[in-house]
Amino acid sequence: MNTVLFGATQGMGRSVARVLAARGDRLFLVEHRAEALALSARDLEIRGAAAPVKTAYCNLLEPETFGSALDQAQQELGKIEAVVVTAGLFASQESLEGDSALAARLLTADFLNTVLFCEEARKRLLANGGGTLCVFSSVAGERGRKPVILYGAAKAGLSRYLEGLDHKFRRKGLKTICVKPGFVKTGMTAGLKPPPFAGTPDQVAQRVVKAVERGWPEVYVPGAWQWVMRVIRNLPRFVMRRIEF
Amino acid sequence: MPNEPYRTKVTGWGRYPVVEGWEYKSEDLEAVTTAASLSRGLGRSYGDSSLPARTDLPVVTTTLANRLLSFDAATGVLRCEAGVSLFDLNRVFLRRGWFVPVSPGTQFVTVGGMVASDVHGKNHHVDGSFGEHVRSLKLRVADGRMLECSDSSQRELFLATLGGMGLTGHILEVEFLMKRVASPWIWGESQRISDLDAMVAGLNEAAHQWPMTVGWVDCLARGANLGRGLLMKGRWAEPVEAPEAPPPLKRRFRVPFEFPQIALCRPSMKAFNLAYYWKHFQPVRRGIVHPDAFFYPLDMLDDWNLIYGKRGFTQYQCVLPKADDNRPARRFLERFVSSGGMGFLCVIKDCGAEGRGMLSFPRPGISIALDFPIHARHTPKLVDQLNELVIAEGGRIYLTKDTFTRAEHFRAMEPRLEAFNAVRRRWDPEARIRSAQSVRLMGDPT
Ligand SMILES: Cc1cc2nc3c(=O)[nH]c(=O)nc-3n(C[C@H](O)[C@H](O)[C@H](O)COP(=O)(O)OP(=O)(O)OC[C@H]3O[C@@H](n4cnc5c(N)ncnc54)[C@H](O)[C@@H]3O)c2cc1C
Ligand SMILES: NC(=O)c1ccc[n+]([C@@H]2O[C@H](COP(=O)([O-])OP(=O)(O)OC[C@H]3O[C@@H](n4cnc5c(N)ncnc54)[C@H](OP(=O)(O)O)[C@@H]3O)[C@@H](O)[C@H]2O)c1
Repeated sequence: MNTVLFGATQGMGRSVARVLAARGDRLFLVEHRAEALALSARDLEIRGAAAPVKTAYCNLLEPETFGSALDQAQQELGKIEAVVVTAGLFASQESLEGDSALAARLLTADFLNTVLFCEEARKRLLANGGGTLCVFSSVAGERGRKPVILYGAAKAGLSRYLEGLDHKFRRKGLKTICVKPGFVKTGMTAGLKPPPFAGTPDQVAQRVVKAVERGWPEVYVPGAWQWVMRVIRNLPRFVMRRIEF
Repeated sequence: MPNEPYRTKVTGWGRYPVVEGWEYKSEDLEAVTTAASLSRGLGRSYGDSSLPARTDLPVVTTTLANRLLSFDAATGVLRCEAGVSLFDLNRVFLRRGWFVPVSPGTQFVTVGGMVASDVHGKNHHVDGSFGEHVRSLKLRVADGRMLECSDSSQRELFLATLGGMGLTGHILEVEFLMKRVASPWIWGESQRISDLDAMVAGLNEAAHQWPMTVGWVDCLARGANLGRGLLMKGRWAEPVEAPEAPPPLKRRFRVPFEFPQIALCRPSMKAFNLAYYWKHFQPVRRGIVHPDAFFYPLDMLDDWNLIYGKRGFTQYQCVLPKADDNRPARRFLERFVSSGGMGFLCVIKDCGAEGRGMLSFPRPGISIALDFPIHARHTPKLVDQLNELVIAEGGRIYLTKDTFTRAEHFRAMEPRLEAFNAVRRRWDPEARIRSAQSVRLMGDPT
């Protein structure tokens, strides 16, 4: 599968890229740090990705970089069959409440700019006759919860957008996959106390690639979060006001 | 958050001691090692080797720094970041016909940890320890500089780092030689052995024919049965013998909770040891073995250290110089059994030549490793007694397993310590890089 990955130099994206590399897929990495891109490209080649793995600059905070990054990918891969987006920002609710510039940056990156990137990717995939758009949202977007109000709001918007894309374009050959991680032990969550059912990036990657292969429109990772979220979605408001998670 | 330290419990595989400390965990080792007192990997050392000297001194956990940097399929030279796990290497390389030159008994270790402990494996009598196959290291030393060190550049620092328990600096990258294997499967032979003399004789004899050997001993058997167990031998299977398919990923199981103390009573240990001894009914079993079953039988159970319960456990591993009559090993096992020691596991292995690492553990002789639960009153005394015996025999202990040895005993069994300390002082006069273990054994400040 010819795949473009945005944000795959670390975290869950790194693991997803490695699962694809082990199958010998052709990969193209886009992100904002040149050195990290080069090192990840070598890592993936050693792990079996079709060499050479090429990269391009793409910054989630600079939407004007999106189109050209995808064009370079298209040129390199010939045809893009899948786009995986794991790039994103996280900050604690306290730090966001105290710093409106940070809040603006996070809301812009995780909602507005992620959607704009997906729009660019969607157009190119549809022009090729379809493909897969796999985007990491979060379980934080499922309910308004005290520790993730702002981050959760951005992810909620993103999840709705992805749902809409899937409804509109699946018949035209574009499969949209909304990945909803629960708690996964990556650099992003280092230092947060892992709850029960915390997952590892490698575990998540296996399941995400399965979801891509099967075309699931929505996937919770690790799988147990599906049941956890079913409960949380149905908790009455007076309970949500009381609990701290 | 990446690149900031956070509070956490830091502990080794024995789950004793536990430090309420600070940890960094990031993909970017270069960024986080500047402010840390020690690096650690997957925490498979048993005692306090990977623990901070003081609760407020942060440690770096390297596991997110797990990129492969270069691989030359013509020579087998692999360079990778220190946090790459052996589990990962085995998944990537074994199906292509490559294996690490030396593997410890678990694959949940990092390459950095394999260098820092200079680990040995079932092939020690042929291939030596891991450090023999390391070509070069990228190290961050105490003053913040990053250096490439090898046999030809900063040689002293290089040799002090092989088996140096992380005390010379933070290992950022490792370059070493992978080994070609005939197939990804093992041809193995397991033989029941009736006593210690037969076990040592069996190991010595097998050493000539087999590249990999290890013995497992029932550490509760006494008298005439002392030292009985299983002798395991193996080699990489030839392509004609091996199954066509690569070895499948083995299913693993979890130990779901800390076991209660009762699980550790003598009858349950007896039962375990007896069942293991009678694992196969015929005296010898031969055949194709899954490499994970051969190298990592314990990895089948995730978190098996929870079986030892709340108080935790330790391992005592020493190497005793060879003696024709096996007296030292016999005295050692007798001392262990008679002082009320009991354990689930006892591993015995003949060691080959001493390696390059200034403080690395193996030396010619017989290595014995015993696991036992910690008992606040008995365990330090037991370790003292075992250490006295080891000193008298001219042997030494393995730091990566140690929790209870006293500094004077360590000094008595380690004539190499002075030279090692001298190198450390040259690079780190204030001992900024240090561990709970180096405070306990090497006179470092807390
Ligand atoms: C079931 C089991 C079987 C084992 N079998 C064997 C065996 O057969 N042979 C053998 O030799 N050992 C064996 N061991 C011990 C194990 O191989 C070593 O303790 C190894 O060092 C653990 O690696 P780690 O990544 O978990 O390191 P940790 O336990 O996290 O750290 C171990 C030491 O390495 C240092 N260190 C780790 N990473 C770095 C780094 N990047 N830079 C500087 N210092 C670092 C730490 O400071 C510490 O001193 C076994 C352990 C277990 C649990
Ligand atoms: N971990 C969890 O528990 C969890 C839970 C729910 C949802 N998620 C979501 O899952 C996705 C992946 O998370 P993760 O834990 O794997 O995170 P991660 O390790 O932090 O990875 C995120 C990636 O995004 C990149 N990125 C950040 N800012 C960027 C920018 N301006 N331009 C380009 N790339 C940028 C990061 O690169 P740099 O670091 O170099 O900036 C990094 O490679 C995220 O969308 C996250 O919100 C995670």
